Amino acid sequence: MNRLIKTAAGQGSFYAAVAVLVTFAAFPFYWMLLTTFKSDADLYNLKSNPYWLNAAPTLEHIRYLFGDTLFLQWVANSMIVGLCVVAITLIVALPAGYSLARISSRGAESLSIGIFLTYLVPPTLLFLPLSRVVSLLGLQDSLWSLVLVYPTFTIPFCTWLFMGFFKSVPREIEEAAIVDGCTVAGAFVKTILPLSLPGILTVIIFAFTLTMQEFVYALTFISSSDEKPVTLGVATDLVRGDIFYWGELMAAALIASVPVAIAYSLFLDRFISGITGGAVK
Amino acid sequence: MATITADIAAPRRSRYLLDRPELIGPLFVAPAILYVVLLVALPFFLAIYYSVSAFTIFDPTYRFVGLSNFSDILKSEVFRRTLANTFIFTIGAQVIGLLLGKFAAMLLVQEFPGRGLARALVVLPWAVPVSLATLAWQWMFDSLYSVINWTLSAMALIDPASPPQWLGQQDLAMLAVTVVHAWRLFPFGVVIFLAGFTSVPKDVLDAATVDGAGFWRRNYQIILPIIMPIVLIAVIFGTVFTFTDLSVVYLLTKGGPMNATQVLGSLAFQVGILSGDVAHGAVICLFLFPFLLIAVVVLLRALRRREI
Repeated sequence: MNRLIKTAAGQGSFYAAVAVLVTFAAFPFYWMLLTTFKSDADLYNLKSNPYWLNAAPTLEHIRYLFGDTLFLQWVANSMIVGLCVVAITLIVALPAGYSLARISSRGAESLSIGIFLTYLVPPTLLFLPLSRVVSLLGLQDSLWSLVLVYPTFTIPFCTWLFMGFFKSVPREIEEAAIVDGCTVAGAFVKTILPLSLPGILTVIIFAFTLTMQEFVYALTFISSSDEKPVTLGVATDLVRGDIFYWGELMAAALIASVPVAIAYSLFLDRFISGITGGAVK
Repeated sequence: MATITADIAAPRRSRYLLDRPELIGPLFVAPAILYVVLLVALPFFLAIYYSVSAFTIFDPTYRFVGLSNFSDILKSEVFRRTLANTFIFTIGAQVIGLLLGKFAAMLLVQEFPGRGLARALVVLPWAVPVSLATLAWQWMFDSLYSVINWTLSAMALIDPASPPQWLGQQDLAMLAVTVVHAWRLFPFGVVIFLAGFTSVPKDVLDAATVDGAGFWRRNYQIILPIIMPIVLIAVIFGTVFTFTDLSVVYLLTKGGPMNATQVLGSLAFQVGILSGDVAHGAVICLFLFPFLLIAVVVLLRALRRREI
């Protein structure tokens, strides 16, 4: 395939195709970056070329974002939600994944498929009843509603990931520990957990980024500005009146998305093998 | 050695419990099941319950009204338009996303300088939180300062005096939300196809080449059948995520103009949350269910085929 494409279409058109593709994918992010540093006069001028800075770059949008908006509060909210959800996910999914991977009992197979399928249940199906549940529990308008609800999608997915990891750890290791006098649970804690550290790290990153990407539940449950996570606050509360302040909006979008994008890209291959049900290396 | 002696010295009874796999197994998996039952299964039944009641935010009674909510919804012009939109949106975004994804994967599977960077950039739309990425598109579709319109009028393709309103004209708005969702989705296709391509054994391809199989033949008669199960799983996930999406539509157009881009998710949000009519909102949500069920059945069959 390699040779054929290159000889048929030529080196030049190959790179042209790659360039078009990368431009399509990444242009909105270039646009965020450019808008962040453009002065308002330059931004709202129909005459000037929008693709480049026509005036000196400005830090005014970033200063405004950090100084005069709730942006930092939203980032802190997202961190709190993310960390709590990661903790809950680990506590629940770690033993569940181990149990489904190792301790064979009738129904373990169908149970694991059932958990995998739960990941297919979309927020759109559940946000209405959950919003009632959240308000019955007195959690509406509070970021704790998200801490409660987000594990419904992180737990199934991470249990599935953990199953993959545990299946790749040789059974002999824990059998040796059990022969040496450990209990089944003790063997899990002393041999399997240390060996699964890379897996645990992956799950931490994923659970965290999944909570960062969620939008529907946050939109449904939370309307007070200071309880919003960053993805919601930026999208709904940086618009003052009916006016969009694109400099601040793009600065906020850029700053909040860069760390998520990096974390996600680094662990992408694991995510894919998790979703396709393949063995995870 | 110390730990082992300590273990042996531990109280007999707890040791006995912790040693029985048939107890540990259910014990370990119970919290996960409990969470899913309480916060996924139960709300689902609650939705069914709402759908046959007259429940609204303002009048929270559970008065049973039978299937009248369903017939209300089915009679509504807006709902029928929404259902059609949802299919156009899903099929459009899936087809564009898959074609682009496959094309991109065929490029990125080659070795070339800068491949790592190109891959990282191509994956961005999928990695970045949807609400933030969509904001950039909203700005690019701006009614006055749209960079797309600026470019088109610089190339003399449109009249600068009456530029297209990407989010304000019914047909263009539908096109815009579909393209933005396809943009979000195609990196997923790229990584799936890349994973598939690298899983095809090299010797199979070499043998085919020696036997005289050309580019198309190798692609569609050798590679595609081998990677089909993975692609199928990706298609199911992509379809479910698109069919049930409301973020892109809500952020770009809020379903407008005149419900031209309304999809099931955004309509359910508008009716059930914004207007507070939980009962009718629940009915709209439940229309997603048969399609999810089909997806689940197809997925289960795909998984089983993989195992054989």
